[in-house]
Amino acid sequence: MNNLSIWQQLTEQSQMRWREVLEATSVHIQLVFFSMLIAIILGVFLGILVTRVPKLTTLVLGGTGVMQTIPSLALLGFMIPIFGIGVKTAIAALFLYSLLPIARNTYAGISDVDPATREAAKGMGMTSMQILFKVELPLAIPVIMAGIRTAAVINVGNATLAAFIGAGGLGDFIFLGITRGIDGLILLGAIPAALLAIILEVFFSSVERWTTPKGLKV
Amino acid sequence: MLKFENVSKVYDDGFKAVDSVSFEIPKGELLVLIGPSGSGKSTTMKMINRMQPHTSGKISINGKDNKSYVASDLRRGIGYVIQQIGLFPHYTIEKNISIVPELNGWSQEKIKPRVNELLELVGLDPKIYAKRYPKELSGGQQQRVGIARALASDPEIILMDEPFSALDPLTREQLQGELISLQKKLNKTIIFVTHDMDEALKMGDRIAIMKDGKLLQLDTPEKLLHEPAHGFVEEFIGKHRIIQNPELMPVIDIMSESVVTSLPQSSPEKAISLIRQRKITDLIIVDESKNLLGIVSAYDVIKKVNDIRTIEELMQPISHILQDTASAKDAIIMMDESPFGLIPIVDEENKVVGLVTRGSLLSALSSQWTETEVEVVAI
Repeated sequence: MNNLSIWQQLTEQSQMRWREVLEATSVHIQLVFFSMLIAIILGVFLGILVTRVPKLTTLVLGGTGVMQTIPSLALLGFMIPIFGIGVKTAIAALFLYSLLPIARNTYAGISDVDPATREAAKGMGMTSMQILFKVELPLAIPVIMAGIRTAAVINVGNATLAAFIGAGGLGDFIFLGITRGIDGLILLGAIPAALLAIILEVFFSSVERWTTPKGLKV
Repeated sequence: MLKFENVSKVYDDGFKAVDSVSFEIPKGELLVLIGPSGSGKSTTMKMINRMQPHTSGKISINGKDNKSYVASDLRRGIGYVIQQIGLFPHYTIEKNISIVPELNGWSQEKIKPRVNELLELVGLDPKIYAKRYPKELSGGQQQRVGIARALASDPEIILMDEPFSALDPLTREQLQGELISLQKKLNKTIIFVTHDMDEALKMGDRIAIMKDGKLLQLDTPEKLLHEPAHGFVEEFIGKHRIIQNPELMPVIDIMSESVVTSLPQSSPEKAISLIRQRKITDLIIVDESKNLLGIVSAYDVIKKVNDIRTIEELMQPISHILQDTASAKDAIIMMDESPFGLIPIVDEENKVVGLVTRGSLLSALSSQWTETEVEVVAI
């Protein structure tokens, strides 16, 4: 088998395993989707929270920063005693890993709103909630979206490691390929994973452009 | 209508930003708050809409304590214009102006015509500007929108925190003029903070001078210039400010009080001796009770001394006269047209009280330079 060219290996493997690849891609997308969903909800919330309670800034941004410095595989390992082996663990680890870019960008996006705009909003009689939803969040959206895009792309990469803890996904093929020494099998996992990352990057870039208020583009 | 009673603002660290300030502003007045930085002028203004809550004393609006409102409700009823303008960059001009009416729950049918009306009021064509974004406007245009936004729901009180300080001098002057004429039309109660004395003198119905959190003097511009209550006030206004604002200087300050007058029945010989003795070119003619009758030129008297019996025969009526309530600026303008180069100043009974000549005008206006020189030497 090792005598086959990489292209022949790939064709052979994909003919043999295309159903499994589709299934693994679906699992991979689910891992990314659910971890991102929780990370977006909690990250944006934490980002907003620290703009309101400045005392928490160091704790929240420092804490999520520490998560980010832990090697992704190690973080997956840390999750095992808590959630056991499987999808739940993978989602928890991927979520923690995505939290920082989203929380940090939410915080930065809101903090970067011109203090004069905020003062005018307050002076005109907007409540704190109205200022948040009518002024701060619309103006911070491009920055928040950039954070989500970064998190999503990193997340697709990290999700391949989920295979190590039995959560499946495209990582399965990569590790199988490595242990068996079949390059084609590695590519069978790597190519869809890379494509997924590129598609997400393009998708979130256009969402970012689309959500940027028109008045900021002129 | 707006009343401060012993209002203070003390920060947690004990710093007294505003120290027991009391004053009242009647409806329709434009009050300027002025002082050096750190004087508490902005803080005083911001205590009105509680952007800076006061720590003691009482601020009441139409008799109602401003602490009895929910802060956001209070602010919706008070216009607010700031130096950095602070338009919402993601909203069109139209939407920026609609903010407060929308917060106050106006219907869209009511808001739309109001926005157009306001844009026209501040000199921006709604057809051109309504759909634009703040970034597409110049600084001056943005602040016009800022003013329109503050006026949107027709508040009685408008707070303006150095609204024109960030604009270029030309635009600033233009907007100052427009705000004055706008104020004549709308008759709002305006509290206007500035650090620019010229702006204060130009805009203020009354001016409050503050220093170190204390209110030193609150008076009309004229009174401040002539009766500064405090050494600092005088220093802050600037000794020469009066020369730069001749419209605020009464003409009686620059006239000479020793007017050489003569009765109409006086003989030409007597008149000539008076003219020579006092080295004057024209003689003011008055009756026994000092009422102004006319003028006789020295040239005419000398030429016709042998042809006349009394100088009344040479007397000409005098058309350029000023009341003693006029300003130095009136005298400067009138001097240009005066055929004799002098302007008699009369009181309300037409009695001559003084005389402004080109010479007295010049020495009054040039005193700022000579005084400056003296000061330089003294240093």
